[in-house]
Amino acid sequence: MPAFFSELIAILSRAIASGMPFLYGSTGETLTEKSGHLNLGIPGIMCVGASSGCVAIAAYAGSVGGLENGNPFLCLLLSVLASVSGGVLMGLIYCFLTVTLRANQNVTGLALTTFGTGVSTYMISKVENADFVPANKFFTYSVRNAVGHNAFTDSWFGELFLSYGFMIYLAIIIAVIAAYVLKKTRIGLNLRAVGENPATADAAGVNVSRYKYVFTCIGSGIAALGGLCYIMDNLNGNWEYSISEIGWLSIALVIFTLWRPNLGILGSVVFGALRILGNSNFIRGVDKSILQMLPYLVTILVLVVVSMRNRRENQPPAHLGQNYFREER
Amino acid sequence: MKDAAALQKREKGEPLFHITKRAEIVWWKAWLIRLAAIAASLIVCAVISLLLGDINPFSFFGSMLNGAFGTARRCWNLFYELAILLSISLAVTPAFKMRFWNIGAEGQALIGGLATAACMYYFGGRIPTPLLFVVMIAASILAGMIWAVIPAVFKAFWNTNETLFTLMMNYVAIQLVTFMINFWVTSGSGTLPPMSAYALPTVGNAWILNILVVALLTVAVYIYLRFSKHGYELSVVGESENTALYVGINVKKVIIRTMLLSGALCGVTGLLLVGGTDHTISTSTVGGRGFTAIMVSWLGRFNPLFMVLTSFLLAFLKAGANQVSNDYKMNGSISDIITAVILFFVIGCEFFIQYRIAFRKHGKEEK
Amino acid sequence: MTRPAIELRGITKTFGSIVANKNIDLDVRYGEILSILGENGSGKTTLMNMISGIYFPDAGQILINGHEVVIRSPKDAFAHGIGMIHQHFKLVDVFSAAENIVLGHEEKRFNKKAIAAEVREICELYGFDVDPEKKIYEMSVSEKQTVEIIKVLYRGADILILDEPTAVLTPQETEKLFAVLRRMRDAGKAIVIITHKLHEVLSLSDRVSVLRKGEYIGTVKTAETDETALTEMMVGKKVSLNIERNDPKSLEKRLEVKDLTCIDREGTQVLSNISFSANGGEILGIAGIAGSGQRELLEAIAGLQKYQTGEILYFDPATGETESLKDKTPMQIRELGVRLSFVPEDRLGMGLVGNMDIVDNMMLRSYRGGKSAFLDRKKPKDLADEIIEELEVATPGVHTQVRKLSGGNVQKVLVGREIAAAPTVFMAAYPVRGLDINSSYMIYNLLNKQKENGVAVIFVGEDLDVLIELCDRILVIGSGQITGLVDARRVTKEEIGLLMTRSVSSDGAAPEKEGEKE
Repeated sequence: MPAFFSELIAILSRAIASGMPFLYGSTGETLTEKSGHLNLGIPGIMCVGASSGCVAIAAYAGSVGGLENGNPFLCLLLSVLASVSGGVLMGLIYCFLTVTLRANQNVTGLALTTFGTGVSTYMISKVENADFVPANKFFTYSVRNAVGHNAFTDSWFGELFLSYGFMIYLAIIIAVIAAYVLKKTRIGLNLRAVGENPATADAAGVNVSRYKYVFTCIGSGIAALGGLCYIMDNLNGNWEYSISEIGWLSIALVIFTLWRPNLGILGSVVFGALRILGNSNFIRGVDKSILQMLPYLVTILVLVVVSMRNRRENQPPAHLGQNYFREER
Repeated sequence: MKDAAALQKREKGEPLFHITKRAEIVWWKAWLIRLAAIAASLIVCAVISLLLGDINPFSFFGSMLNGAFGTARRCWNLFYELAILLSISLAVTPAFKMRFWNIGAEGQALIGGLATAACMYYFGGRIPTPLLFVVMIAASILAGMIWAVIPAVFKAFWNTNETLFTLMMNYVAIQLVTFMINFWVTSGSGTLPPMSAYALPTVGNAWILNILVVALLTVAVYIYLRFSKHGYELSVVGESENTALYVGINVKKVIIRTMLLSGALCGVTGLLLVGGTDHTISTSTVGGRGFTAIMVSWLGRFNPLFMVLTSFLLAFLKAGANQVSNDYKMNGSISDIITAVILFFVIGCEFFIQYRIAFRKHGKEEK
Repeated sequence: MTRPAIELRGITKTFGSIVANKNIDLDVRYGEILSILGENGSGKTTLMNMISGIYFPDAGQILINGHEVVIRSPKDAFAHGIGMIHQHFKLVDVFSAAENIVLGHEEKRFNKKAIAAEVREICELYGFDVDPEKKIYEMSVSEKQTVEIIKVLYRGADILILDEPTAVLTPQETEKLFAVLRRMRDAGKAIVIITHKLHEVLSLSDRVSVLRKGEYIGTVKTAETDETALTEMMVGKKVSLNIERNDPKSLEKRLEVKDLTCIDREGTQVLSNISFSANGGEILGIAGIAGSGQRELLEAIAGLQKYQTGEILYFDPATGETESLKDKTPMQIRELGVRLSFVPEDRLGMGLVGNMDIVDNMMLRSYRGGKSAFLDRKKPKDLADEIIEELEVATPGVHTQVRKLSGGNVQKVLVGREIAAAPTVFMAAYPVRGLDINSSYMIYNLLNKQKENGVAVIFVGEDLDVLIELCDRILVIGSGQITGLVDARRVTKEEIGLLMTRSVSSDGAAPEKEGEKE
């Protein structure tokens, strides 16, 4: 393999891995936005998702007397469940305020982000890093690790498809399911109707509040996994406070992919690539910070182009950001 | 018999209560509800800190008050924080009144600060100090305006979603600051040493100038919104774009003009932060105040005078909660949690101001 | 004797301090068409919204098939076999017809083919024609209504409620709809139609129930009543339907529209080759089915709607000069010295700002006056006081938000402001829609006074009786074209009705078909 090609494959493979936290975030946020709610609390939710998952690992490690004595599957399962529950709880707070109490969505979302940052900091301060960091080897355990390095697993195919931990595949599976549900099922139809025109959905017998609650919470749960994926897979368990940045970029990704989770798979890889380019030597002579600016600039570009072309199918859900009250006169 | 069964069925099936929109609420009732919400939130906060940090409620509140008003310095700090927060809030308010969700104040203020720092870095000592101040003021205002007007132009001409656009601009600004610092500081330390020699003059102490400037701005923005033709126009655009077109208001012009103002005020905040107190710049110079300002402005109903109260509330929370986490060695988390919980209550209580929960009365019509 | 489908007992509903329905009793039976007749604002829609689960009654009982039920949501209503076709269609624009039809309907399978087949079956049964794959935003109003009806039938509704279904239809489309409704009645369904049009009541329904100001007045058999008796029930005391009309004097050409063609943002031609002139000292009526281009025409004159070809000329009565208004913004038109007042159809969304008080709304047109950067609230306040006094606006004060006023008072504020601008051209779109009779007459008088002052008045109306009695000449438009210009003193309603539908060629075959059936 020519050196350039293998370097390209390596970068692509890393782009896929580092793009998946965005995919979790954007899939979750897309489901939420399809119900008509712009949740700016996603960064906070991802923080809580990450810390809940890490704390769950530490707790498990504590209960079995060290991770090396524990069952990796159980450890992963508990961590994922804790992360999702953390996200769902955050989603519930958001829903109670915006759906039941009909509070301003932007303000509630921003407050939720503050809350999430605080909660995750507190949770992480209560456990020792050493209790959860070693679990990164479970998270990053790939097919290649399982069968060992050989000509096949080290080929470009192996590098591109078999070198990831389970959370990378899970992100894609969730995105595909979300895309299918939105486009092909009755539930997806009802959900889209709620975001487009809640009064119509209501008159047709769709329980608007229930849809908003369920999909905002599911969306929050999915987004929470993005935080966990970022810390335990991308960063190998090293806690960092840059999770909220991943959250903001995830919201950007929703727009970048025009509210379509299947496009989100590609979009997240693009974002991942832009992010790692900022840290790599692939492009020399350009400052890191300029490269890290790129995802934002690209999103702005998409936002601008979409609004200029103004196609009906590519627009945000018509009632995004507006709360619904049935007896509004 | 049948009626009794029907009645029973009905009581089971009927919703216990239902929600209707209030026609009007007397102002004191509205404020009573808000005060009750704050009181309730403080109780919840005390419980949270009891659970998380084993802090008893009395020392919790004592610690908060101590953090805010404990010493003269703390008082000054509180008012300084209030002033800075209020100045960004004032900046976003005209935009919000126009229903332009500018959540890019963080970036606009930061870029204003960056312009100030650049002036200090390049012109400091090379041109007379009074001239430097003029250049700093002009540069910071101009930078803030540029950062704000870009999304405004796209909103005006192509209806590009401004919430997301301005949000993205924040991060572009942050990266730009990182870039400039790396460019200036060749040592690679990533921090720009303070350039205190070229700082704005102080009046009395380090805080008073900032506070005075913001006090003036508050009155100015209030007058602008309430009594000026521009202020009237932007309210009309915010309430109904169709009406604005109908009476011949140039909506594009108003959007751009208002965002230029919004950006200019953010630039001034950047100037105050960098030229007035920090004398240097980092990515955390604005420190999330751009986002907090959104809540200040919204909670203050976009009225600059009410916003003095809401920014006081948030500044007090920040100072008090920091003290709590200091006193009980809890790192910064408790401060974020307490602030957010109080915000949840204050945001949520608006529901009880706008809606009425009616419990259904059972009629006596059964014969 | 047919079986009762719905029985209402003592239904009451209030919104804030307004009593929308007071102690209403009503029966609906299977195999009959019941008209609910009442003026705008008499509480018809509110009452039906309670049956279909949109609102919840404050007091009273609803019985379906003889059993008391609780309808908390539209879903409950569907479960009881009730389907409502709202006046403002409840359709999702970006969805196809089929997607809208199955929306919210709970079935395990979601099979597009089966759905399409079922939709086709319903279409054949009642004679509808609709493409299940077509997107709603590409549909005409009557297609949308068809989708609404199929939606309700698809869910197996036995009780159908239609809220003002003919408001947006051409007479041909209306007849087609009525034929469908009769077929449904004969199939044993209970049909409720909300309307304020007497001739429809008489030609379609079996019984009529009348509401007035939220109260139930009574129910009569259609065969045993006539127009006069129903009007009396509807409006209470006998009112003189005569609108004063003086002969126009000293007519002078004020406005000329030449070959106006206008293509809107979606690319449809909304106005084609419109030419006419309006004179000072007369009222020019504009008749047509809602959405035939009336709004675009008025907005083009006001400078709010761009047009591709054609020209609009203004003849200044003061200077005698002729100005072209083409490609001018409302601001530039004003700067030319053209005093144009415009009462738009959407009062709170366009003419006024709902969240501002009366004083601030008074300034909308005039706030720019003077060189100061600051507002002068003194003159607007005086004007507000004057309008409140002269037009008898019911309001707690000048600082009350306009959206808190009732429909009639909102309109008085708007019309008052527009007249205060001392116009030379006065345009009003549906100025009496939703107003009670007294307010309506006050508006007619104001228009007449403008006419006498030599103003060119353009009045877009929907009620043909009013158009014929109020206007001097009537311009009829259909599908964006002028289909006739008639003398209001000589024309009949039927003639205008025919003109309104003349250019609608796609439905041209419908009337003959209906003729055969009758």
